[in-house]
Amino acid sequence: MQTLIKVENLVKRYARRNPAGGQEELLALDGVSFEVLAGSTLAVVGESGSGKSTLALCLACLEEATSGSIWLEGKDICKVAEKERREMRPQIQMIFQDPANSLNPRWRTLEIVTEPLVLRGGISRDEMKKQVYALLGRVGLPAETAKRLPCELSGGQRQRLAIARVLALEPKVLILDEALSALDCSVQAQIANLLMELQGALGMTYVFITHDLGMAAHLADEIVVMNGGRIVERGRAEEVLREPREEITRRLVAAVPRLTRSPLAPIGR
Amino acid sequence: MASVLEVQELHVSYRDGEGEERAALAGVSFDLAPGEILGVLGESGSGKSTLATALVRLLAVNGQITRGAVLFEGKNLLRAAPEELREIRGGRISLIFQEPSLALHPTMRAGEQVYQVLAAHGTSGKSALREKTRQIFAMVFPEEAERIARSYPHELSGGQRQRVLIAQAVACGPSVILADEPTASLDPTTQMEILGVFRTLREKLGVAMIFITHNPALLAGFADRVLVLYGGRVVELGPAKVLGEPRHPYTKALFQCVPAGFGGNGNARKARLPAIAGESSVSALPLKGCAYEPRCAERMDVCREREPELLSVNEGHSVSCFKYEK
Amino acid sequence: MMRYFLRRLGHAFLLIFGVSILAFLFTTLAPGNYFDEMRLNPQIAPETVAALRAQYQLDRPLVVRYASWVNSLIHGEMGFSFAYNSPVAPLLLVRARNTLLLTVTATVLAWGIALPAGVWSAERVGRLPDRLISWGTAALLVIPDLALALGLLVLAVRTGWFPTGGMASVDFEDFSLLHKLRDLALHLALPILALVLSALPLLVRHVRAAVAEVLGAPFMLAAQGHGIPRRTLLYRYALPAAANPLISLFGFSIGALLSGSLLIEVVMSWPGLGPFLLEAILSRDLYVVIGGVLFSTVFLVTGNFLADMLLYWADPRIRTKSGAR
Repeated sequence: MQTLIKVENLVKRYARRNPAGGQEELLALDGVSFEVLAGSTLAVVGESGSGKSTLALCLACLEEATSGSIWLEGKDICKVAEKERREMRPQIQMIFQDPANSLNPRWRTLEIVTEPLVLRGGISRDEMKKQVYALLGRVGLPAETAKRLPCELSGGQRQRLAIARVLALEPKVLILDEALSALDCSVQAQIANLLMELQGALGMTYVFITHDLGMAAHLADEIVVMNGGRIVERGRAEEVLREPREEITRRLVAAVPRLTRSPLAPIGR
Repeated sequence: MASVLEVQELHVSYRDGEGEERAALAGVSFDLAPGEILGVLGESGSGKSTLATALVRLLAVNGQITRGAVLFEGKNLLRAAPEELREIRGGRISLIFQEPSLALHPTMRAGEQVYQVLAAHGTSGKSALREKTRQIFAMVFPEEAERIARSYPHELSGGQRQRVLIAQAVACGPSVILADEPTASLDPTTQMEILGVFRTLREKLGVAMIFITHNPALLAGFADRVLVLYGGRVVELGPAKVLGEPRHPYTKALFQCVPAGFGGNGNARKARLPAIAGESSVSALPLKGCAYEPRCAERMDVCREREPELLSVNEGHSVSCFKYEK
Repeated sequence: MMRYFLRRLGHAFLLIFGVSILAFLFTTLAPGNYFDEMRLNPQIAPETVAALRAQYQLDRPLVVRYASWVNSLIHGEMGFSFAYNSPVAPLLLVRARNTLLLTVTATVLAWGIALPAGVWSAERVGRLPDRLISWGTAALLVIPDLALALGLLVLAVRTGWFPTGGMASVDFEDFSLLHKLRDLALHLALPILALVLSALPLLVRHVRAAVAEVLGAPFMLAAQGHGIPRRTLLYRYALPAAANPLISLFGFSIGALLSGSLLIEVVMSWPGLGPFLLEAILSRDLYVVIGGVLFSTVFLVTGNFLADMLLYWADPRIRTKSGAR
């Protein structure tokens, strides 16, 4: 397998106004570097405020990094011209925690999935419709949901819809930002299965941002642990979780609720 | 021991946009012993949030309790006068809602928000109430109690906000706390920390708790008993060891959905998770028979004909499934 | 706090300065001036008119006139009234005081009624009392201010309960203090009533909408769950949370009441800025017009400045606005 994404020394600073009226700097990403192999899953775990969500936004070109590079197949998406970046954008797509916020509430499922096809262009209306129904089938949405509004779908169905929409763009990379966290356990498992199935069939690369180490351990090939805007630990999923080296990783591992063990084992503090 | 809270055959329904009644709870019964932690497990559409609000009669305007009784210390709350009910809410039975960022008043200092709860239920003077507020903050926040009391919610972290909600809940020394997904929006480490706070409170104050969650793993080592809701009905009720050996097909399937990860027991990494097909939402419920029948892997013919009743399978452990009918 | 305060104050002064220039420009650039009518009078020699124009500097360039007006403003005169043959400031001050009395009283009263009425209505959204209030405010909204004022005047004439104009009875000076206050209140009643009735519907509707939205917020349900009593719930929890849009509306309502009162003053012959300005505009009494506009602006800006300060005080989130996530 070859490297698809290569992140080098990524830095993101936010300017923030403090209560006294002065400017204050917030270092959300403090020199982050890693690589992701094509067709694999990288899980990024950490507590809130660790910088993992900022990383997701930078990877998806929704935030501009202060410095550093994000290489996608040999091109630095931070440096390329705006026109080229626009062409590259469909290749990296993002799935959010609550799809309700990213789906137009007044559009029906059919329109939501058709929109990216229209933007890509080049095919007839009939062909488009055929593709939309194929996509709905692919993500496990029954054909009758095509006529529904997002608010008429359940949480799991909405997440399937969000996945169908990004699939229409045929992305190479999916950034999953807490994409399973808001779902019920039984539905989480459904969507996790769907994601694994799609990866197997389409060879997509996933960057799975989460605070759920249990799910990260199940889905990921590699795990990076973030704390204070830096990567503090990195390795193969099972190794990081079995033998965590850093204190923060140990705390995260200890905090995974498990049916078979008391979750109230001492975790420091 | 006499129970502090007894729920009998509670039925709640909501009127939807077209004026049709939809049942959210259909005959839920259970009791709560003093100082006990009852874990209520349910997914969306199970009626778990309806349960929390119905017990203290805070249902949305289109919701209605159609039948049943809620006996709190022997008094039926469904017949209580408004003022009596207000005294009980926050005074004898406290609520902790999910999303601490939304459950706090955005422009009121944390200390004031606890003070207001005390003032609503106390008759003592202002300085006594201030002193009481200070004591409660000192109990819930081992460090920085003063600073946090002076802060506004947006200046606090998720865990700190959750602790403010806890401070409000315990302020008047209630005998029951109803917590609806109190840790759902928190980091796992903060989640553990808050569960620890709950456990300490139970030990210190002896308060009974109904802990509502969708995550079965949170209840392990925390709840004394577990009640599983599905489609507005109790499908399984038993001691905490139910978590280790569930009997209802739904409970069994639900527990398998949680990835065991870590290469330990259960499913291997990247293997298909044993998900439950279908949706748990209200619209997916059948009109007749067992609510879980359409998704059930062990369904029988009888499941479609009538509703199963809660059957005792063990001491204090009952399941509503025809499999256990003799 | 100090920074925010000073910045807002700076903005206010800039605004007043800008308005003074614009008022100056528009009034001087408008065709005709006070002495134009004299020119048509054959009995007045053209030289006299020219001399008068020179005396009042009307023949000088605009910039010079503006500078000398600013100079006179600093000396507390605000230019010279051609019609009254006296400095503008003292003339304006008396009238501005009367207008202020009207506007401030009306603002206080309108909000004093709108807040409880809106809260009361919001608590009962969709029920009969709420619908009655909705209909009432809708009816008041469609009646033009002028019709309202005239209607009230008719009522006063027919019943004789209220004086139908002016600010004081003829023998006001001889009254005792208590009697004076009573007389003033009676004269105030009609214009105030007209103003309050014209402003009220909008305010009630906004208060109702803002509070009704907050009543459905999760923290209100949580507060109910804590057994917070109804009154505290409405006025200590819901109202402050709904305050932001209402405070902005407060600044705006001052402006609306001010312009409303200029009209009502003319109709009800209240000796305020309204009739005075109208008269000055008609006779092209340049500096009086500019002074009147400036006074109104200062009043408006002060109102909005107050609203900004209130907002800052009411919402801690504005104090720590940050651009970071």
